[in-house]
Amino acid sequence: MRDILDDIDRWRQDGRRVAVARVVDVEGSGPRDPGASMAVSEDGEVAGSVSGGCVEGAVVGEALRILHGDQQPRLVTFGYSDDEAFAVGLTCGGTIHLFIEPLDW
Amino acid sequence: MYEVLRDRIRSTEPVALVTVVDGPNIGAKLLVRPGHPAEGTLGDAELDRIVGRDALAELEAATTGVRHYGPRGETTPEDLIDTDTVAVFVESFAPPPQMWIFGAVDFTAALAKVAKMLGYRVTVCDAREVFATKRRFPMADEVLVSWPGRLFSERGSSLGPRDAVCVLTHDSKFDVPAVMGAIGTPVGYIGVMGSRKTHAKRMERLAEAGLTEPDQLERLMSPIGLDIGARTPEETAISICAEIISRRTGRQSPSLRDGAGAIHS
Repeated sequence: MRDILDDIDRWRQDGRRVAVARVVDVEGSGPRDPGASMAVSEDGEVAGSVSGGCVEGAVVGEALRILHGDQQPRLVTFGYSDDEAFAVGLTCGGTIHLFIEPLDW
Repeated sequence: MYEVLRDRIRSTEPVALVTVVDGPNIGAKLLVRPGHPAEGTLGDAELDRIVGRDALAELEAATTGVRHYGPRGETTPEDLIDTDTVAVFVESFAPPPQMWIFGAVDFTAALAKVAKMLGYRVTVCDAREVFATKRRFPMADEVLVSWPGRLFSERGSSLGPRDAVCVLTHDSKFDVPAVMGAIGTPVGYIGVMGSRKTHAKRMERLAEAGLTEPDQLERLMSPIGLDIGARTPEETAISICAEIISRRTGRQSPSLRDGAGAIHS
């Protein structure tokens, strides 16, 4: 979170809405530990990362859907072991659980 | 609440953010700071009380992860049968770990640089004021002209298992009190620089100073660093920091190519 605060501040000063995605749990081999975070502005700017670049694209899409009200804040799972998992996987074979929500608190 | 969290993170004061990630009230938050009442709510006063208490403990240990509770904060397994559980993500923002480096030498500058990259708050300490200057160690968070005994008596109680003490002086009147001071704290890593010969002599001095318990001697990493053939100050800094990481994770340190286990665990 520390590394994305400056970008979040800048976007909020411009009056742009922001969504935040955080790694909350990792099973097996995962590139980033719980607490790794990225922020997405409503116009699609990105700060930080939640994996080694494997799932960031899909996270931006999910974050924008949440900011546009097409999706509720929720846990999202990326990986191969879960039937519900996104089509996007992690090259390292692990599973990560992200919580994605608007920064409206 | 975000502003309080942000300011607290920036000032490196401890804070934990609790977020409901599954169950009723998804997204509800509790912000926990030692010595302050918790801010926000997860939707139930008893749940707030129990989770707030647990979050303080997680913060103390600098751990981050998901915990499960009953709707009123129940934690015993029998109470959780046939009830909806609440999954909360407790994210700890603990102050950075500390590295104290004794001796203001060339190796110190390189080690301070690598330690900063790894997120340590770096303190450099030397009794010689011509060497212990902020100008020589601009990357350090603080440069102190002091004796080890004094620093340990003033601030030794702030050291814990996440912290490291590196003694790079090669001078027994400085490194003996530094090692003795470090041994008296629960600091996670104690490394002491020197050749095999220096090491042997130093162990004699330490024994004279009363360091004879095998449990205490076992804590000393001396000579300091992993055996990667490091020569320059920069390479030596990598060797020291790699040793700190491998001691923390409890791993032996062969090359990944020559092993078979999971890379992350």
